[in-house]
Amino acid sequence: MYTLSISPHIHSSLSVKNIMLDVIIALVPALGMGIYFFGTQALYPIVISVLTAVITELIISKIRGLKTISNGSAIVTGLLLAMIIPPGVPLWLPAVGSACAVILGKEVFGGLGRNIFNPALIGRAILMASWPTFMTTWLEPKLSFFEGIDTITSATPLAIVKLNLSQELPSYWNLFIGNTGGCIGETSAIAILLGAIFLFIRKRISWHIPVSYIGCVALLSWIFGHNGLFTGDALFSVLSGGLILGAFFMATDYVTTPITPKGKIIFGLGAGIIVVLIRLKGGYPEGVCYSILLMNAVTPLIDRWKWTIPKKFGEINA
Amino acid sequence: MINSSFYGGIHPEDSKTSTDTKEILNLLPPKKAIIPLLQHIGAICKPVVNIGDIVKVGQKIGNAHAFISAPVHATISGKVVDICPMPHPLGRKVLSIIIESDETDTWAIKETKREWKTLNPERIKHIIREAGVVGLGGAAFPTHVKLNPPENKKINTYILNGAECEPFLTADHRLMLEYAKQVVTGLKILMKATGVKKGIIGIEQNKPDALKKIADEINKESDANIDIIALKVKYPQGAEKQLIKTLLKREVPSGGLPMDVGVIVSNVGTSFAVYESVVERKPLVERIVTVIGKGIMNPQNLRVRIGTPFSSLIETCGEVKEEIGKIIMGGPMMGIAQYTTDVPVIKGTSGILVQTKDEVCDKPEECCIRCGNCASVCPMKILPNVITSSIKNDQLEHAKEYGLLDCIECGACTYVCPAHIPIVHYIKYGKTRLKK
Repeated sequence: MYTLSISPHIHSSLSVKNIMLDVIIALVPALGMGIYFFGTQALYPIVISVLTAVITELIISKIRGLKTISNGSAIVTGLLLAMIIPPGVPLWLPAVGSACAVILGKEVFGGLGRNIFNPALIGRAILMASWPTFMTTWLEPKLSFFEGIDTITSATPLAIVKLNLSQELPSYWNLFIGNTGGCIGETSAIAILLGAIFLFIRKRISWHIPVSYIGCVALLSWIFGHNGLFTGDALFSVLSGGLILGAFFMATDYVTTPITPKGKIIFGLGAGIIVVLIRLKGGYPEGVCYSILLMNAVTPLIDRWKWTIPKKFGEINA
Repeated sequence: MINSSFYGGIHPEDSKTSTDTKEILNLLPPKKAIIPLLQHIGAICKPVVNIGDIVKVGQKIGNAHAFISAPVHATISGKVVDICPMPHPLGRKVLSIIIESDETDTWAIKETKREWKTLNPERIKHIIREAGVVGLGGAAFPTHVKLNPPENKKINTYILNGAECEPFLTADHRLMLEYAKQVVTGLKILMKATGVKKGIIGIEQNKPDALKKIADEINKESDANIDIIALKVKYPQGAEKQLIKTLLKREVPSGGLPMDVGVIVSNVGTSFAVYESVVERKPLVERIVTVIGKGIMNPQNLRVRIGTPFSSLIETCGEVKEEIGKIIMGGPMMGIAQYTTDVPVIKGTSGILVQTKDEVCDKPEECCIRCGNCASVCPMKILPNVITSSIKNDQLEHAKEYGLLDCIECGACTYVCPAHIPIVHYIKYGKTRLKK
């Protein structure tokens, strides 16, 4: 018996699994920097988060009777969630967050591809709403991998600004390499960029969302500075907080962001505006998580907007 | 070499090396030929012979009554033993004339060559129609219909398509190498028939020998206004609309035809068939078929009589010991999978690709992750993922709005889809549903 199927009869080697693998590889530098700066306080939450995500997904796919869970998306969700929680949290916190990310962020909608919101950000939002104290207690980076427990608390650069703390702001260089308070995987801009470059080279992500998102935050932060119009510190706004991580790894999630180039730019601009609004006017010092979640919610609308759809071959201008 | 190109496209491995240096071999006429009365786009022919009739090679056995149709001819000499529905490579069963060979291979045509330059355009078009010439690139659209555009469509460029962008196929490549003179003359005849002053032959630059051969042939006569252009290697460079865009920077309007931008495109194989019909007086009774793939021991380019069963070609080239997975008529990107090798070679059979079991891609379909790869490779710049999900949800009008009918089914989207969604399958299904 010969196999019958519609053309094409060959396929590139591309699969969901190897896209996920690329993302995991791209996350390694940022994770490495997190572990480098926060030691086991970062390592344990990462391990717990990934394990929980994988186990949760296994259980759910068992319940739903699915066979194809080997695509690795649970690992990515687990890693991403660990990257956006503070180091040194009690270990049940990443477990709960990760389980919520998989169940409430993804599986309740029907699994990978059908979820509306970025699963990892859903996990973070739930933790943030439920255990705000844990989620806003920060550690001083100590290169403490071999030094055991380190409990010196610190503040994130954005919190220092927001709350007018007396603490000194970190230098641009420390912000760039990640030697500052913050979530496990968000502090080191250079490590995140390294991963992002890898994804660009592999053509897994496009420039549209990261550039429009970061550009918009930089521009608006400069315009609406603390000391009047056009006095803001654009570089500081970009490097501090979770913007770089969010822009390259959360706002580029295929499932929850627009498909077309124009749609992507609208997404980036919208998210940028929301970040600056929250940072300047909101109660939180940081707004990356909510900015992306809010734009996730309007993504179906953006995709339906005729203006964002590219002109077809041979389409005549009406 | 031309730098311009078209949006999207893919670069699958071209896999042509096992046959692109092999000369075309003549396969002996079959003992029994199955000649379907429908081998082209358009109306089916009516048989003009009866069971028991004796026919010669080149004798018309099926007549085309409609304008969009093309007659069929006996491809072997012998006796008509049956006229009945037979398996057809495009699927279903089609009324076919079955001829049993008398093994004399007697032809019904005159030996003398015709001087094409003295023929007037109407006469040329008539000869082409009567010879049953159709597009040999695969679609098999009757050539004479293309040559008769409506009065209001002024044609200024005739393009010969020698891109052969489908992986594995080398029939056109070998034809251009071995019959460069005939191919170029065929184009001149086509230009005369349509009164077009400008000719272009486009060939992908992975065929430098063919490019040189054809260029030499053109240069022999300086009066011909024919350009030869080396095209970038990219699939689907040989798709008509993409070829026109590349060569002339003109976009065929959505829902339109090449004639809407003043162009006619024919395959180099068609040009050769035109030469043979006009100069050699030979109707379309044979064609060149690439028999290739991992399932074939000794891949070849074979010149075979139309109506020869696939099994004879595969037998000639030898089947490997491994289990065969797929038999495909055409290339791997747009070819049609066959359920039996009893089907005959028809006018549009450019190749027979035999895949082994382990080559068959049968990964399960996953949920679309909206990566957008399909849109970024789509040469028609539509959104295949949106169209596919619309079809799945039975929103055909929505799919149409997003360009369902613009799709040329080249398969680039499906080739790159990480979720292994058979997009072309859904699109074909959607188009069929929309027609009803």
